[in-house]
Amino acid sequence: MIPLSWYLVWAAALFAVGLFGVLARKNIIAILMGVELMLNAVNINLVAFWRYLDVRDITGHAFALMVFAVAAAEVAVGLALVISLYRRRQTVAADEVDLLKW
Amino acid sequence: MMDPLVALGDWLLSLAAKINLPPAVSQVILYLLGVSVIATVALVITIFNTWLERKIAARLQDRIGPNRVGPWGLLQPIADAIKMLTKEDTTPAAADKVAYNIAPILAVVSVLLIWAVIPFTSVWYGTKLNVAVLYIAAVGSFGVLAVLMAGWSSNNKYALLGAFRAVSQLISYEVPLFLSLLVPVLLARSMDISVIVEKQGSFLEMFVVAAPLAALLFFISSVAEVGRTPFDLLEAESEIVAGYHIEYSGFKFGMFQAGEFMHTFTIGALTALLFLGGWQGPLVDQYPILGLVYFMGKSFAVYFVTMWMRSTLPRIRIDHMQALNWKILVPVALVLLMLTPLVDYFTKDLGVLFSAFPGSPGELTLTWRTAALLLTNLVVGIGALDIIRRTSKRNTKARQRFPERAVARPPKEEAA
Amino acid sequence: MTPMQLIFIFTAVASTVAAIMVVTRRNMVHAALFLVMTLFGVAVAFVLLEAPFLAVVQVVVYIGAIAILMIFAVMLTRNVTDDESGHPFNANVRLALLSAVFVFSLLVVTLGGWAQFSAIAPFANTSGAVAQLGEALAAADGYVLAFEVASMLLLGALVGAIFVVWPRQAEND
Repeated sequence: MIPLSWYLVWAAALFAVGLFGVLARKNIIAILMGVELMLNAVNINLVAFWRYLDVRDITGHAFALMVFAVAAAEVAVGLALVISLYRRRQTVAADEVDLLKW
Repeated sequence: MMDPLVALGDWLLSLAAKINLPPAVSQVILYLLGVSVIATVALVITIFNTWLERKIAARLQDRIGPNRVGPWGLLQPIADAIKMLTKEDTTPAAADKVAYNIAPILAVVSVLLIWAVIPFTSVWYGTKLNVAVLYIAAVGSFGVLAVLMAGWSSNNKYALLGAFRAVSQLISYEVPLFLSLLVPVLLARSMDISVIVEKQGSFLEMFVVAAPLAALLFFISSVAEVGRTPFDLLEAESEIVAGYHIEYSGFKFGMFQAGEFMHTFTIGALTALLFLGGWQGPLVDQYPILGLVYFMGKSFAVYFVTMWMRSTLPRIRIDHMQALNWKILVPVALVLLMLTPLVDYFTKDLGVLFSAFPGSPGELTLTWRTAALLLTNLVVGIGALDIIRRTSKRNTKARQRFPERAVARPPKEEAA
Repeated sequence: MTPMQLIFIFTAVASTVAAIMVVTRRNMVHAALFLVMTLFGVAVAFVLLEAPFLAVVQVVVYIGAIAILMIFAVMLTRNVTDDESGHPFNANVRLALLSAVFVFSLLVVTLGGWAQFSAIAPFANTSGAVAQLGEALAAADGYVLAFEVASMLLLGALVGAIFVVWPRQAEND
């Protein structure tokens, strides 16, 4: 059988990769993709803990569903912002959006 | 009566035991065999369906249809397949090779995966999944991905336009599709298709009687999901040549076509399972094999309606397509989805009130429930039609007050 | 090495490689397609964890909606930053790599000290999980509040997204 550690290490790897994407990418859509990777890593952990610790406690499932809802909302608003930004400034690079920076 | 397929499986397992295969390995081999049998059956039905569709379309349009190859042109699909396979397989130089080659496979696989959960009879099914209905909805999203990949990777403006149209249409029509799928789930209290079929034992128990509007919504939105006439905007020949598969030729084009034909028949099968009782029918308890006949009969009846629509209706305009979805189908589906559980809940105990009358209370409850649900559906449907009629009348009046000039006008000057 | 373990290793390696591709590809459509691959790997993990409902929801929500929206947004915003020209990373790339490695090793080291780190899944009947989840989401002592908040969040996101991208006449001059 698969030990819990495999899932946890894999989720940690996905989280780290997502974090790298968020910190290092220029394109805002790529940053959103990094956030999705991190959220997915969290979901793997939630479901793995549900399965390995106590199946009768449904909290892991419920929170994973909440994460789905949050991810969907985040992407909807995020992509709307990106498209709106592109219409005004003709760019989707995060470091070129610096009007509020001084 | 021994079921022939189960007997065949047992015989194969005993054969494997004789040559000393470990049971785990032989089980896996048996599963693989089952998968290939189901996939082959679906594809063979599709090949037959191309002939059937051409024949029926010809009959509806007062033609004869294929009649040269074999008796009644029955071997025409095989000749077509050979033609497809021997054609040159072209790839545009600027195409994205990997995505371009994966897209047609994904288009076929997304449909084939649905057949994994379809019960042909009470004992013949790929797998029993307790989230089967949701699984069907999920697998459909691979089809959207396939269309998008094909359109983007072809590096062709028409293909990209087709892909954009596809995304706007398929994603929009997924909403009423999911919502209407939920009605049989609510009525059967299960997402398992086998359970949904089992709950529809007699004619009155068929969900098409209790929820005709949901069946209609499901049918319309799944025809749109396939992208068939009148919803074939994503490959409209007269506007964007062939849409997302303009650059495909030979075998890959054939895969897109096979995927579309198979998807159409799959809709027939799903409608039969979810609303028409699938393999249920008279005498099916004694002879489970009869279920296959009923299931196929119902599926082909629904499939015939899609063919009928295809050869009768013109393609609808793109704004009409979106308006139909967001202004009619989605609101109606939402209202229906809210009313169905309410009516179901309040008619649950209705049978007890009438238990003084002859007949068993249980049956009465079911009949009353069905009657109440049918009434709800009719009220919602007629109400929706009434609202549409009033709105369109108002719009027509408004248009008559400010008549559009029927001449081409130059576009407005830019304010620059 | 059981078949389950083989499937897990294949899935984990494939989806982690795909995730690395997501954050390093210059071509954004490729990145989005690799994202689909990663998300599908997570769905497979849910199946291995005996949570078929979540696996299917993962495919519906992530592949069916989020990934498609991503590809769509990439196509609508084609510009210098995606394809050939320009570097995909900003100036912080070394620091970002360092912190990612740091977070990964921190997580693994911390979890490695935990007693149940390499626990084996207890034998349990998980077939009732979907019904249990449904009841928990609608029960007053369950997650009904979270459920309602999530639905309000989605409604707000829907309205907000439409408002943000609504074309305004004044912008065009």
